Amino acid sequence: MIKNDEKFIGYIFEVAWILPSVAIPVAVITAVVLTAFAVGIRVPDVVGRIEPKAIAVTAPFDQPGLRELAPGKYEAAIVAQVFLFTPNEIEIPAGSEVTFVLTSRDVIHGFKIVGTAVNMMVVPGQISKLTVRFDQPGEYLIVCHEYCGSGHHVMSGKVIVQ
Amino acid sequence: MAVMARPRGMVREEVVDRFATEKSIAGWNILVAFLALALGGLMGVLQVLQYNGIDLYRPLKAILPGGYYQGLTLHGVLNVLVFTTFYIIGFLTFIAAKAFDRPLASKGMAWFTFYFMVAGLLIAAVPILLNRATVMFTFYPPLKANGFYYLGLTMVVVGTYFLLVNLVMTYRAWRKENPAAKTPLAAYMSIITMTMWVIATFGIATEMIFLLIPWAFGLVPGTDVLLARTLFWFTGHPIVYFWLLPAYISWYTLVPKQAGGKLFSEPMARVSFVLFLVLSVPIGIHHQYTDPGISQIWKLVHFIFTVGVFFPSLLTFFNVVASLEHAGRSRGGEGWLAWIFALPWKEPSFTTQVFAMLLFAFGGAGGVINASYNLNLVVHNTSWISGHFHLTVGSAVALTFMGITYWLVPYLTGRALWSKGLGLAQAWLWLIGMILFSHFMHMLGLHGMPRRTMIGAAPYVLPEWKLLLPFTMIGGLLMFTSALCFLVNTLMTIYAGRREEPAEVPFAKALSGPEDVPAVLDRFWPWVLGSLVLVAINYGPTLYFLVSTGRFNIPGLSPW
Repeated sequence: MIKNDEKFIGYIFEVAWILPSVAIPVAVITAVVLTAFAVGIRVPDVVGRIEPKAIAVTAPFDQPGLRELAPGKYEAAIVAQVFLFTPNEIEIPAGSEVTFVLTSRDVIHGFKIVGTAVNMMVVPGQISKLTVRFDQPGEYLIVCHEYCGSGHHVMSGKVIVQ
Repeated sequence: MAVMARPRGMVREEVVDRFATEKSIAGWNILVAFLALALGGLMGVLQVLQYNGIDLYRPLKAILPGGYYQGLTLHGVLNVLVFTTFYIIGFLTFIAAKAFDRPLASKGMAWFTFYFMVAGLLIAAVPILLNRATVMFTFYPPLKANGFYYLGLTMVVVGTYFLLVNLVMTYRAWRKENPAAKTPLAAYMSIITMTMWVIATFGIATEMIFLLIPWAFGLVPGTDVLLARTLFWFTGHPIVYFWLLPAYISWYTLVPKQAGGKLFSEPMARVSFVLFLVLSVPIGIHHQYTDPGISQIWKLVHFIFTVGVFFPSLLTFFNVVASLEHAGRSRGGEGWLAWIFALPWKEPSFTTQVFAMLLFAFGGAGGVINASYNLNLVVHNTSWISGHFHLTVGSAVALTFMGITYWLVPYLTGRALWSKGLGLAQAWLWLIGMILFSHFMHMLGLHGMPRRTMIGAAPYVLPEWKLLLPFTMIGGLLMFTSALCFLVNTLMTIYAGRREEPAEVPFAKALSGPEDVPAVLDRFWPWVLGSLVLVAINYGPTLYFLVSTGRFNIPGLSPW
């Protein structure tokens, strides 16, 4: 049987550990909420549904590709299907802000632009949307990062920033 | 420390016989589990070799027509669904009965649980092996597998429910005879684990029964992809706690004794378990941060609750390490850290499990990154994630289960572990192999390499990936060697181990034990209720939105 004062020391240790165990999660939450709202780094939100059979007649996917909305601001409408993106290559000047709008004709695909914060799932029946600014010139690899069938590993594209 | 009196002779025989059913069930489940791990692990080796330009899928075409992706499906299903679930059911059946010191209420139901799960496994295995279910263990529709794949997996899940029923019946019978006592810790934790799991499986059961099974058998023309995916992750996140909590049961209730000490605090251990019951389920949307069609607000709420689960994990970390320190000091260890060297590092069961804890510390920290809302954009669906869960389920869970096996198989068979040296080699090989594999998978993920992708055949491999990939192969091969050592050791123990009288199950006493446990930490309903309320709040609006706007018209295809 353990003595009571030893137990008391045990409680002190427990409390000493519980304080940082609360502080660490609180710090993590604060940091993330700040970056989400003060810096504006957000994850995809609800955009809307789309009928996969009607992709060919629904804007903006009736004309997939890049469109300039305002000087330096673009929208890239991209359709995903096994095992390709349409279009699979877009070219923009450095400093452009591009909103990527995607949907899928068939199964779930992934859309990640390596080296940027663009990372989203492309789900049949849903529209996915994220905006990013390209400041550094170069070639950015686009990969489908959700298994979509036997040709998944060839499904890719690129963003060329001049 | 005090040596427990061990019953001998006739008394011993009698004690052993009472648990004959539980022992056989544990043995059979462990056998199925490690067969699955062996085959699944072999598939893993094929993958790291393929990543590095060694393609063994071509010579294996006759038995693995689906190549890489069929192998990957096998790897996932066998390692994270079959290995874990069977081992857990076997271990909890045994450890809860021993903790109650009474056999489970229904032997028939205990066997039925096992047979039902095996039947489900066999039904699901046929389409996987025939390359008719190459949809990974996540089976996101509209990738469409043969209906028997979904049916079989559902049976495995439903089978586990009967263990909870059996445990509750056993608890009631025990409670009648012990109205004032606190529930034995391992039994309480087993029931909490199974309760959490049954609540968690509401998602996957609904997905299977109402969406996927009717759709795969052609009874309905289409399905709603996002609803199915959300129901999947309703279960898909807490399933990781279903894997982890049995490992925690070992760390809390057995490892302190194996280390030569006592559990630091039983009340604190219970706090952590009831918090896992309350918080494990209502956080699954953190797997869907990058999904369209789910509001940013609920994603943020699930993030906050996910970080909340970090709290019971930190309590566990403290409590388990404090128990180890107590053991180290009881064995004559001194100093701030030098007590570590006084621990029984020559015992494979102990060493393996401490390595599991060590790797899990990194896995847990990485998990906080994955769960961090916008930070997830950097790592989602990259090989970082594969690196992460090889530290959690692939180390914290798998290594702990191997560690438990090092005492449990000798206990079940009445034979000494065949080779302690081989057991220690196994632990070290897994530690080193996993550090290499997971570190470089994390790095590759940061450089953008996608997960679940046949990288060796991809046209876009970046130069920096090529530098990092060979290390994943070295790590993978070391782990595979480790797994082989484990299997040889286990089989040799069963067939050629020296006969010895089985030791006691190493239940630890606690420095602050049941006498310090407040009544509420020995109850179930308040926590179950808390869990259900939080689930309703955190999932209710999203599920309502998805169901009410759902169009069940995506036909699906099988492009493999």
